[in-house]
Amino acid sequence: MRTRGAQASIAVVCLVLGIMLAIQFKTTSTYNDQYPQERVEVLAEKLKTASSERDVMAEEVLSLRSQLKNVRENNRAMADLQDELQKNSQFAGLLPVKGTGITLTINDIPRNMQNGDNPNNFIVHDQDLLFLVNELKASGAEAISINGERITAMSEIRCAGTMILVNTNRIAPPFVIKAIGNPDMLVSGMELQGGWLATMKLLGYPTHMQKSSEIEINAYNGKVKFSYMTPVEHEEKAGR
Amino acid sequence: MWLVVLFSLLIGLVIGLKMPFLIPLLYAKYMSIAVLAALDSVFGGIRGYMEDGFDNIVFISGFIVNTLLAAGLAYLGDRLGVELYMAAVVVFGVRIFQNLGIIRRYLLKKY
Repeated sequence: MRTRGAQASIAVVCLVLGIMLAIQFKTTSTYNDQYPQERVEVLAEKLKTASSERDVMAEEVLSLRSQLKNVRENNRAMADLQDELQKNSQFAGLLPVKGTGITLTINDIPRNMQNGDNPNNFIVHDQDLLFLVNELKASGAEAISINGERITAMSEIRCAGTMILVNTNRIAPPFVIKAIGNPDMLVSGMELQGGWLATMKLLGYPTHMQKSSEIEINAYNGKVKFSYMTPVEHEEKAGR
Repeated sequence: MWLVVLFSLLIGLVIGLKMPFLIPLLYAKYMSIAVLAALDSVFGGIRGYMEDGFDNIVFISGFIVNTLLAAGLAYLGDRLGVELYMAAVVVFGVRIFQNLGIIRRYLLKKY
């Protein structure tokens, strides 16, 4: 049966076989090139090294992450503390502040002394200033100073001979009282009928009150020292 | 006859080498089994041709079916977890060597 058909079919099959063989050769050689045969031990060693390196790095990542968290928390705590400090310093009068407010000037009654006149009737007393400051506080003043002396929670206003002591510093007339707050409220609070300022006006003291859009009040410049007082531990902070 | 075989094989190789695609690594094993089966069929065909027992239909169908069956069997073996392609390698290897031996003896007798 050595026909031409037989030869033809053998030729076709051989052609297909050749194609298959060539593709197989190519595939095999390509993959062998791509994945060079290395000894299993070497590869295993490499894998082990890489794994341990990765583990070390993973631990490093964890520790760095916790450090980062600590830093962030510290920063936040620091920021909170700064805020708190700022607020408390303003409250205590340890920071120079500025804002809208009023300037109130008071002076002694200008009068030539004559025999028999009681000078106490003509001068501004410590009590006058104390009452005025009190009324300013009641009118919503956030910061007050008299002749540059900041009124703090511990500031005294008292008489010392012919002088008035504020923060143990002597001040003399004319007294310039600066107060930061809502100017309208401060002015109307001071001008209340029967208030101390009205009374002083009635008695003839020269007073001058001026609203201002920008008043600067300097800080308390004395010593802050506590000899007897210590904070109570574990006390819940009072609401601010 | 030999010229036809060699010539068509050569052309096939050239065409195959010029082809741009490769068998994916996953199927390279099945392709190798298929190639083995094809080789077996071709040697069987040549042997039949020399023994004057060549049947065109048997040859062509054997080539196609053996190739596909070998690849399919290897695939099935992989799915089943049995290395069935080893069986194919052994069977086709034995048959290829047998056929080659017969062809060799025939050629020795002839010349």
